[in-house]
Parts: sequence; structure tokens; C-alpha cells
Amino acid sequence: MSDPTRTARLPDGIVVVVKEECATCHSVSSVLRQLDDATTLTVYTQDDARFPESPTPIHDADLAVSWHHRIETVPTVIRVVDGVEVERTVGWHRDEWVRVTGVDGLGLDLPAMRPGCGSMSVDPDLVDELNLRFGASVLASRRIDVADAEDEMEMMFTRGWTDGLPVVPPTEARVMRMLTGTTRGPSDIVATVPPDLVEVTVEKVAVAAVMAGCLPEYLAWVLTAVEAACTHEFNMHGLLATTMPVGPVIVCSGPGTRAIGMNSGGNALGQGNRANSTIGRALQLVVRNIGGGRPGEVDRATHGSPGKIGFCFAENDVDSPYGTLAVEHGIEPGVDAITLFAGEGTRCVVDQLSREPGSLARSMAASLQAMHHPKLIMAFDAILVMGPEHARVFADAGWGRERILAGIAEHLNRPGSELVRGADGMAEGIPAAFADAPSLPKFRPGGLMLTFAGNGTGLFSEIIGGWANGDVGSKPVTRAVTY
Amino acid sequence: MTASRTILDPTSERTVAERRRLDRPASLSGLTVGLLDISKPRGDVFLDRLEERLVGVGADVKRYKKPTFTKPAPVDLRHEISVECQVVIEALAD
Repeated sequence: MSDPTRTARLPDGIVVVVKEECATCHSVSSVLRQLDDATTLTVYTQDDARFPESPTPIHDADLAVSWHHRIETVPTVIRVVDGVEVERTVGWHRDEWVRVTGVDGLGLDLPAMRPGCGSMSVDPDLVDELNLRFGASVLASRRIDVADAEDEMEMMFTRGWTDGLPVVPPTEARVMRMLTGTTRGPSDIVATVPPDLVEVTVEKVAVAAVMAGCLPEYLAWVLTAVEAACTHEFNMHGLLATTMPVGPVIVCSGPGTRAIGMNSGGNALGQGNRANSTIGRALQLVVRNIGGGRPGEVDRATHGSPGKIGFCFAENDVDSPYGTLAVEHGIEPGVDAITLFAGEGTRCVVDQLSREPGSLARSMAASLQAMHHPKLIMAFDAILVMGPEHARVFADAGWGRERILAGIAEHLNRPGSELVRGADGMAEGIPAAFADAPSLPKFRPGGLMLTFAGNGTGLFSEIIGGWANGDVGSKPVTRAVTY
Repeated sequence: MTASRTILDPTSERTVAERRRLDRPASLSGLTVGLLDISKPRGDVFLDRLEERLVGVGADVKRYKKPTFTKPAPVDLRHEISVECQVVIEALAD
């Protein structure tokens, strides 16, 4: 057994690291005997103390030598002088072996070269534990030992760390792996999280991302979402505290959405895709566990909505006939970005008969007018997630983004007399002072946003209704993803 | 105990400072009472009535208003209330 404190220094001469499972290592067995005769050779074997039979190897059972010397491939040949590595080669390449070892005539019966195999020290199943064992910990979070008789899943429920669904236990190995998804340091401050106004580190966001079920490649998106949520404009505090059924909705854009396997197609707003399901959840776990925002406490929602577990989807920027929401908000095309929107769940716009844009725009407007209340205007924004079959009606008629939004808005103007309190037999409405206004729009300028997602079957679109908008409540925040 | 049985604390790990509340005043007479309107519709109706009652028992009343009900009161406003008043009443809605 190697002692990791003594493995930093390799013996002088030639060092070769092999494993029995590797066919190339087997084929160089005779070369190792040649080297043993001609020079000072030390062989480390990773998986089987009896391989090779000769010369007798040192078993790197805990992979300390392999880890400390960053062995990625077996066989690896290293020339060591005065305890310092001078050069190395990997796999079997006769000329390289001759050059590194200084011994001629090696393996003349072998082909000139043969690629090696992966080192056990970089095996994805082992590397995190090895990093943990041999690397100095860079994590600051308090360690909590789970008692032998305790179920860690139940323990996390009991401590109030979950959103009601199971979470992945945030072990140091998992958090270290998660942190490979960003170039930021674990102790870097990401944001100040309401309602407790606590500074959150990259490490704590990574803990939440592990718990939510994220892969490391999602972390940059989660970090950017946390930053965007904890801004004065987005007003996560108010969004949490409100009685309305709203939460942070994350719309992801750019080629990175495809790189991490996000769904912008069929069921994009639903279940079944890991990235869609866990990025938004990670943000909400940060708000819960770092910010201290929990239902029944600062979260005063009357009903809440299923989206408050986490609501995240990708817009389909490849097929969109009218660009992306991110570009609408000033992001360069092709740049990965998120838009955070204070929104409720979705409601469907069904129009299976309109084949010309004017008719479809009227349908969209009629549905949008009803959002929150047909007589309440200007106070709430909305995102319209148009499905491909609806979008095609507009695209075929040559309508672009601005024309679509204008065409819908054209039918969202109503006289003040129809909207004031008491009108149409409904007490709810806008103040009586607006009774004489000839025409009032449903949305403030920019308050109706357009994105494109869904699969190619179904003449449907989705409305995501907003919360109190602008300076009073929340403004949508769009940011490029920081990797 | 293996490494997988040790997990990292997902909370902020903050230590909350507990502060004792001030004693309830025996009388409001002569005290300055701050009324904070959070800017919810009709909160002013409630506060107007409270002001009448408070003035009736000899209190001085100062009125304050948050810019929006959705955000915490700005630091400056909280400071202003704390130095100008002995008692504060915040009007909520909903």
C-alpha cells in the first residue's frame, strides 16, 4: 500500500505505470523485461499486484502514485532524474519509448505503435473520491455526518432542506464534481439572497445544484440564474413574499442549451428533461436553504403553482422564425443567455382554425386580455410561448416579431369605460378616473414578450402570466451565461 | 463512516442574533408613533383611522410610505423612522 505522503517523489530511473486490464500493457510485458535488464526500472500496477509477472511490480492499490503523477493513460513511461520527472510518453510507441528510456531495440516484435488505455485514476467512477482523498479540500461548508442508523434522504427531509421532493445528498465528492462546471472559485460570492440577505458562494450554489439533480455542465446556468434573481430589478424578495402564484421562470437561449441537452421541443414546459427540471429547481433550493425563503414563512402565496418547484425551459433558437427573447432583450445572437421572468404557470391558447395571421392575432389577444382579470391592465407582463404550428401561420404571411406583437396588441386596447371598477357588473377593475380614456392597452410597452418552443404538432401556444411589473414589482432580467 | 455518509450543509450556516423587544409602553401619550404605509391600495384608509385614534389618546403621529409594497423598506426610511419615533405601526393589506 502506498502512503500518499510519500508518493510525490518517484524513484530515479525509468518508471512505468500499467494495469492488467489493458491489452497494450500486456503486449509490452516483454519490453518491461528488456528495460529491467538494461536500466533501473520501477513498475507500478494499478489493478492486479501479480501483473506483470516479471519484473515484480509495486501495487498502486490506492492509486496514490497514479493520482499524484497525473497518470491519464496506461502504460505511461516516465524518466526520473534526482526525483524529478524529465519526460514521459503514453501508450506504446517504440520510438518514443526508446527516446524516453535511452534503451535501443525495444519491442522489435511489436507493431510500431499501439494506443494505451485509460488510467484507473481518471476513471469517472473513481476520480472524485481520489480528488477528495488526495487533494486538499477547498470547500468551506460544515460537514454533517449522517448517523449509521439514519437514512440520509429522510434526514434531509426532516431538516427542512427539500422542496417536498427527494434531493441528491450533497457529498463533498459530488459537490467537487459539480464545481468542475464553472471556472469560478468555490469561495467566490455570487449574490446576496433574500429574504435573509445572505451572501451565497459558488460552493453553496453547487451544493444546491447537486441536491436539485443537476449535472456539472448546468452549473453555469444555475449561477447566472441566481445572480439574475438576486437583483433589485428582479426583486426575488417580493416575488417570494407575494400572495400571487408566481415564481422565477427561467427561459434559456443559445447553443449552450443544446450542448447541455435542454428541451425546447415537445413537452418543453413539462417534465422529463433533466436540465429543464433541475436548473430552476436549483435556484429555488438556493432561495429556500440560503435565503431562508420557505412557504408559510416569508413565502405567503395563496395557492402557489407547480412551477415553484422550478420552472425552466429552452427557447428553440434554431427553428424560431422570429429570433429569441434573449436577442429581444439585447443579447447578441448565438450567445448563451437566460431571461428570468416573474411568472405563474401556463395557460393554453387553443386556436385550431385560424389560417391567416389577423384571425390568429385576435385569438391570442382575446386569451391574453383575460390574464389575471380582463379588466386589469398594464400591471402585469406576460410571455407568449408560441408553438411551431401557430408560428408558421405568422411566418407564412411574412410577419416577423415586431409585426406579430403589434398585430396582437392592436386587439388588446379597450376603452376605459369597459375597464373601470363596476363596469360589466364586476367590482374589480381600474380606478374610475380612467373612465373617459378612449383606448387603454393590456400591456405596458415591452410587457408582452414572445418566445418559441414546443413540437410541431398542435395549434397551441402558451401564456405565462406575470406578476406586479416594473418599478413596483419585478422587471424581466436577461443575462449572458457566465461560465 | 464513509465519505458518502458525510454531507455538506446546504444552508447559509448563519448565526441569528436575537434581540429582545422593547417593553411595551404603558401609555402612548406624548410618544411619537410612526405609521408606515406599504403602498398597498386602501392601506391609507386604515392608517387614516388609526391616526385619528392615536391623536385622540395624545400621541404625535408621523406618516411614512414605502415606495412599493413588493420590496423591503429602504434602509434610509428605516433609519428615519427609528430616530424619529418611539413606536411604529406598519399597515399591511391583502
